[in-house]
Amino acid sequence: MSPAPEAAREGPLVGLFVTCLVDLFRPSVAFAAIKLLEAGGVRVEVPRAQTCCGQPAYNSGDREDAAAIARQVIEAFERFDYVVAPSGSCGGMLKVHYPRLLADDPRFAERAKTLAAKSYELTSFLVDVLGFTELDATYEGTVTYHDSCSSLRELHTKDAPRRLLANVPGLTLVELPESEVCCGFGGTFSVKYPDISGAILDAKLNNILDTEANTVLAADLGCLMQIAGGLSRQRAKIEVRHVAEVLAGMTDTPAIAASESG
Amino acid sequence: MSAPEEARAAVLARIRGALGIAKLDRARRAAVARRLERHPRGTIPAQAVLGPAACASRLAEMLTKQGAEVARAATPEDTINAIASYLASNNLPPRLRMGADPRLAALPWKAAWDISRAFGPAEPSDKACLSYALVAAAETGTLFLVSGADNPTTLNFLPEFHMVLVKASDIVGFYEEAWDRLRGIYDERTLPRTVNMISGPSRTADIEQTIVKGAHGPRRLYVVIQG
Amino acid sequence: MAEATLSFKKAAANALADGELQRALQNIKTGFVAKRAAAKTKLPEFDALRTEARAIKDHTLTHLDLYLEAYESKVVESGGQVHFAPTAADARDIVLKLCRERGAKLVAKGKSMVSEEIGLNAHLEAAGIEVVETDLGEYIVQLKGETPSHIIAPAIHLNKEAVAAYFRRAHKGRLTSRRLSDVKDLVAEARAVLREKFLAAGVGITGANLLIAETGSSVIVTNEGNGDLTSTLPRTHIVIASIEKIVPTLEDACTILRLLSRSATGQDITTYTTFTTGPRREGDPDGPTAYHVVLLDNGRSDMLGGIFQDMLRCIRCGACLNHCPVYGTIGGHAYGSVYPGPMGAVLTPALQGLDHARDLPNASSLCGRCEEVCPMSIPLPAMLRAWREHEFAQGTRSWSERLALKVWAFVAKRPRLYHALAGLGVPLLRRLAGGRGRFTWLPFGTSWTRVRDLPAPEGRTFQQLYARRSREIANERP
Repeated sequence: MSPAPEAAREGPLVGLFVTCLVDLFRPSVAFAAIKLLEAGGVRVEVPRAQTCCGQPAYNSGDREDAAAIARQVIEAFERFDYVVAPSGSCGGMLKVHYPRLLADDPRFAERAKTLAAKSYELTSFLVDVLGFTELDATYEGTVTYHDSCSSLRELHTKDAPRRLLANVPGLTLVELPESEVCCGFGGTFSVKYPDISGAILDAKLNNILDTEANTVLAADLGCLMQIAGGLSRQRAKIEVRHVAEVLAGMTDTPAIAASESG
Repeated sequence: MSAPEEARAAVLARIRGALGIAKLDRARRAAVARRLERHPRGTIPAQAVLGPAACASRLAEMLTKQGAEVARAATPEDTINAIASYLASNNLPPRLRMGADPRLAALPWKAAWDISRAFGPAEPSDKACLSYALVAAAETGTLFLVSGADNPTTLNFLPEFHMVLVKASDIVGFYEEAWDRLRGIYDERTLPRTVNMISGPSRTADIEQTIVKGAHGPRRLYVVIQG
Repeated sequence: MAEATLSFKKAAANALADGELQRALQNIKTGFVAKRAAAKTKLPEFDALRTEARAIKDHTLTHLDLYLEAYESKVVESGGQVHFAPTAADARDIVLKLCRERGAKLVAKGKSMVSEEIGLNAHLEAAGIEVVETDLGEYIVQLKGETPSHIIAPAIHLNKEAVAAYFRRAHKGRLTSRRLSDVKDLVAEARAVLREKFLAAGVGITGANLLIAETGSSVIVTNEGNGDLTSTLPRTHIVIASIEKIVPTLEDACTILRLLSRSATGQDITTYTTFTTGPRREGDPDGPTAYHVVLLDNGRSDMLGGIFQDMLRCIRCGACLNHCPVYGTIGGHAYGSVYPGPMGAVLTPALQGLDHARDLPNASSLCGRCEEVCPMSIPLPAMLRAWREHEFAQGTRSWSERLALKVWAFVAKRPRLYHALAGLGVPLLRRLAGGRGRFTWLPFGTSWTRVRDLPAPEGRTFQQLYARRSREIANERP
């Protein structure tokens, strides 16, 4: 990867919140995010003192551990002008839930609100904050897009990814029927109630296959792993990627759950 | 089982305890009294704010959409003719049950000399009943029928065919206007035993989401708008 | 506790395998969901009304004692009686006593979730009183010997062939050769059978969608007219309603009614919206001579002043059920409660205690669609999470789950340890996958792999790769 463009060295400083799933399972998403952000004119740093946003603990009712992780995130990221995550659910955690989680903590309540105000999911940051839609990517294929629940209902993001995808020459977007319906991941829900999660997933997969698109995209790796896992189990021939990969023109890696030999 | 007074006291005490209410609560009482007295309106749907002519046509449109049959009558004679021809075209015997409503009695029944009228609450064997609506709200095609000797409630529910007369001048745009009319009639007294807001014939979709008319109430609703 | 989990998972598994149920649940999506969306579009003021409805209910709840008193005095003024019932048992006993005093042998009932909640029918039947549900869906479910599976459409899980079978079995004295193949035939027969019951019943019992303090009225909304026959023909009318059904004024009722049927079935208004106030007046030729209102607490007052107070805003429209992906795959019976779906997952533990409903708040992906469509803006996901916090604090989760969470949290709070472990584990996992890119099976991962493949990691953590590239870039600089 070449050094950041000159212009970016002057722009706002963004802290990239990698997210645990991207860090462990699919680093190319984070590299794509960095490429997009720098093209958008900001400087990007990746604090090393980050692990997880705390959702697993939070959604399991372990408020104490969730709060501890939240404080850790705040301390690592509050020096940045913006915090950007390639994930609606982690973005939602920082933006919506940290202030609630730490509302009664006199040391962190304000700091949580401050961080929340400058935290964003990637596509929303590019479009709504940077006004950046000029991409340097092409993609030959029909794409359908799944909206993650957090992006829709916590971050109110629906237009941003579509506006970006509309600026990728060669790409045809087919709207996914019931795109606003959950994929069934829900974090720990997917392994605590796997049969129900699988039944919800089946409905999502039917909708995806009905579009006859050759690629399905989303902005959340959790949803993508659920969807890719389901499509793979059905041996369906449809590529699953994070939307950042397509927007950054970085699709020469194997798709999610795809064999490496292509 | 707790005695009635104890039960009442227990429930109210639990509520007050949960809300953290102290003994003297004049401010709360004042707030409640104020709301009850002023009964402020909420947002009124713009589509229901209508002039008189528009009220009548929207009432007809909504009722029709909701499965009722609607006729316009310019004069009381037209009303009687509409009623008579509806009975005839539906092969109904020329018999009607109705209440003691003077406005129905005042219709020119001589013009339909063969219709026999019976009065009082509905009998299970009545095929067709006629009621008078005090007011109607065009908003959702809703007739307001009140209980009493004038228009017994059973007329609205027992027969297979329910016929309702409403004057165009009694059609308002939205619900709140209708309730204000009723408040005007009933003053400070209590409401009548029943106010039925009726917007179509009886229907159900409880089996396989398939809509069928005449579940328990009337299968057919015929509304004559006079004026 | 473990027993409750087993029965939920078992019930859910049965539901998932039930082809008829699955087909019926599909109808909800194309039916109620689409219709609600259409109704909302036709009413531009919908969201403004939601804001107002929420304010009305919040105001009422914080003055609930006073509005109940105001309501009571108006009921008495109109010639009725009010009975407070602190518990379900109290309510059952009050109703039984009233039925006995009237010498009633047959009771006709309009649809009432509260009466299901307190188990009223069984109580009356044990005392030798016949109880007939008159809402068609409830009647069918009663014939089958079941509880309703949806708060608006109780028989949504049954097809017409099943209904015909129950009718043939239950309706004696009719021609066996009669046609019952169309839904129309079934409705016509139900109308005739239930008409006889309406006319013979000594007591009519209805629920209430709303109670109005200003006038002492109870409001029911139906499409069938059964609630009206129930409240008009028998000589005694008993209304059974929970205390949070109160709203202050007629105008407040209008605001909420504008939201109720649109949210429930997509109708602008139900066929019949009926306001009853007391028994028949002097000079009335029809109507009951006695009017009783039973106000049920049964745990609701305990919800006031706390994090679950907002749940008391619920108007029982069912929109959350209709839009819930979990309800949409397992249906109502799997919840094992009178109140299923998202609202049931919050309310059932509140009314019955968490021990009896442990799975309900957990069996949710927290997708948030329920809150999005709720006409009363109830923060359902936050309350589901609150139940999970209660449960976590009680320490009743399985040891394996608690251990997994503890380990994850321990490591997540220590970035250096996290990165070290990840740096070892991720490449190992990648190697296990070979070049296949996925796992169809993984030890300790069967909860996932039973249902779908697990994508394999790319092979290095991002932090590893980023550190390496940063070093490379630093070395490249002159």
